[in-house]
Amino acid sequence: MKKLFVLLLALCMVFGMTACTNKVEEDPTKKSEGVMTFDEYWAAAQYDNVVVETYVQGKESWWQDAAVVYTQDGNGAYFLYNLPCTQEQYDKLTVGTKIKVTGFKDAYSEMIEISPESFEIEEGSYVAAAADYTSIIANTDELAKHMGEFVTFKGMTVEAVNDAGDAFMYNWDGSGEEGSDVYFNLSINGQTYSFNVRSYLCGPETDVYKAAQALQVGQTVDVECFLYWYYGPQPRVTSIIVK
Amino acid sequence: MKKLLSVLMIGVMMMLMLSGCHGSKGIPEFEVPENFDTSKNYEITFWAKNDTNKTQTDIYHRAIEDFQKLYPNIKVNMRLYTDYGRIYNDVITNISTNTTPNVCITYPDHIATYMTGSGTVVSLDKLMDDPKYGLGGSELQYDGPTKEEIVPQFLKECTIGEEIYAIPYMRSTEALYINKTFVEKLGYEVPDIVTWDWIWEVSEKATEKDASGTYVLNGQKVMLPFIYKSTDNMMIQMLKQKGAGYSTPEGEIQIFNDTTKEMLLEIREHATTGAFSTFKISSYPANFLNAGQCLFAVDSTAGATWMGSKAPLIDIAPENLVEFETEVRMIPQFDPSNPQMISQGPSICIFNKADPGEVLASWLFAQYLLTNDVQIAYAETEGYVPVTSKAQQSAEYQDYLSRIGEDGNAHYDVKIKASELLLDNVEYTFTTPVFNGSTSLRDAAGQLIENVVLSIRRGEKVDENYITNLYSKITSLYRLDQISGSSSSTESADLGPLPSTSVALITCLIIAWVLIGIFYAYGVWKKKKAAK
Repeated sequence: MKKLFVLLLALCMVFGMTACTNKVEEDPTKKSEGVMTFDEYWAAAQYDNVVVETYVQGKESWWQDAAVVYTQDGNGAYFLYNLPCTQEQYDKLTVGTKIKVTGFKDAYSEMIEISPESFEIEEGSYVAAAADYTSIIANTDELAKHMGEFVTFKGMTVEAVNDAGDAFMYNWDGSGEEGSDVYFNLSINGQTYSFNVRSYLCGPETDVYKAAQALQVGQTVDVECFLYWYYGPQPRVTSIIVK
Repeated sequence: MKKLLSVLMIGVMMMLMLSGCHGSKGIPEFEVPENFDTSKNYEITFWAKNDTNKTQTDIYHRAIEDFQKLYPNIKVNMRLYTDYGRIYNDVITNISTNTTPNVCITYPDHIATYMTGSGTVVSLDKLMDDPKYGLGGSELQYDGPTKEEIVPQFLKECTIGEEIYAIPYMRSTEALYINKTFVEKLGYEVPDIVTWDWIWEVSEKATEKDASGTYVLNGQKVMLPFIYKSTDNMMIQMLKQKGAGYSTPEGEIQIFNDTTKEMLLEIREHATTGAFSTFKISSYPANFLNAGQCLFAVDSTAGATWMGSKAPLIDIAPENLVEFETEVRMIPQFDPSNPQMISQGPSICIFNKADPGEVLASWLFAQYLLTNDVQIAYAETEGYVPVTSKAQQSAEYQDYLSRIGEDGNAHYDVKIKASELLLDNVEYTFTTPVFNGSTSLRDAAGQLIENVVLSIRRGEKVDENYITNLYSKITSLYRLDQISGSSSSTESADLGPLPSTSVALITCLIIAWVLIGIFYAYGVWKKKKAAK
């Protein structure tokens, strides 16, 4: 009888906690009245006004009432650069949170992004699964259509980042220290690509940062990342699985 | 008796609690110890900034290593940052928890904000003048500079109010990096001192396109003739050159004036034709310059190693690189006979700690960063200039300068020309007043230009009404109405007489305590009387 009672209590707690989340998974391609579809956003010219509904997938930083946020809906990504928000609002932007953003379309060093003017949190939630783009990694034009998205590249081989044969280095030129961005090279089909764990996105205390520090040349890995763009792909890695 | 004791204890506790409400006085003011205790071990933290330049990191490491050999009882732990904003943010966060670093590379503007915490930043006057451990002191284990050997102009920049709160570490200014090949192709010669009129004229000419929309000058689809990296510096220097208001040393905001409006409307014209853009809007000037998509790039002299088609550091694909001759000049001027350019660069401040010995250890390390070895090595990594005449005049540094263009790395000509630009023009440099809020004003100055250029790109109408509204928007955004007139002094400002409500509340409290006292005394008196 006691065991049954404990079980019932535990079930109540589980259901109670689920109810607390207050987030509803929904069709992430569906849009409200007056909101652009992803295709309309993508087709808009630079500096055109845009209104989009999208879902937070990752946060990179908050500084002087502005945040850098990776978001996407069911069709593509919207990189939000300098989203005006207080620290309190920033804290509410957890992964999956649905937001309606008003701003204008912009491009910076070839990264398509939104310069937001305002946003509001809406009911709904969507967490994107990492899309596997390993097959198009060498096709920059094709890959560019997915900039900002949460993606995965699989079966990549760790290559040395410098003549000393190191598997990673801090900052792009090795000028950093623990706590700086971690850069490493991965190859597939004879081509090598640069990846990094950005410390503002995944700091030294995160598993991925530690995993990057533990990389060894020759290892095969699967990585998940946000497909950041700076005159070409610069994936910002959020997960590393050594095979 | 027991009751009396209880009442007294409660009274004392309440007084302590009430006094606690008035906030902590912070760490006691630092006094220079008589001697540095070499038998005691000290561990200090040093927050440094590098320009994502591996050589700079190596120099810091070597400096720490060499210093620790001289002072084996001091261990220096370094934390590296790649931008000043992050250092500022982290320091502000750590002030409240008394976990500031010991030594920190920073800007004087930022120090003014750090100083809002009571006794947070150590005033360096006494330390500098200390005969044993001060600049050129008798007990130093290294050959540091004397106070007179720090370039006075640079040291003055570290003075806030009446006291020195930092020592300069490196100095730079802004330079105009020019694609000389393109300028000559347009039929112009690069003058010794470039004027604003000249740069606008040449930039406009470079916007000419053919029927297919290709730029005639470079045969490409992209051309941004004039790109400015730091628009806050642009506005500040333009105002200074015009003799117009920016702020008073006391913190009175003067930037929203007619000269600013006139300049913004001029910038509007060149943003409209595409002759002018900014780093925030278009990205790094060096990338456009090196790709043959820009004629004039204004950036720090500390960014010289990225400038030019033969630059040691290049951030664009090799196939996009265009061959051209690079020329370096001071930033454009309104009056070439009276040039004005900003002095900038990192300084070093020391945070106060409970143990004066720890502060002294911090000072010994900070001062070590001014020795020739560190100064010359670091200055050579970029277009920086050492802050001491001792280093500037040393045979080693003079030899470095004389070998300009000998190779494309250590003696890269553009880098050394950038350093010489500042060395030759120190008397024309200036800095802006430092006060609590000066960082916001600086940000606002740049944002005025950014907003105008962005609005033009977005097809918005930019006219006098727009500028008036922009003034109001920027004032509110950067809370400039809240800092106007604030003092640069670290002392508490005179807040004027107390509001009447506060006076009434305090009066009530006093009356209540007096009544409690009377009531208690009356009780005691009554008891005694009854006992008799």
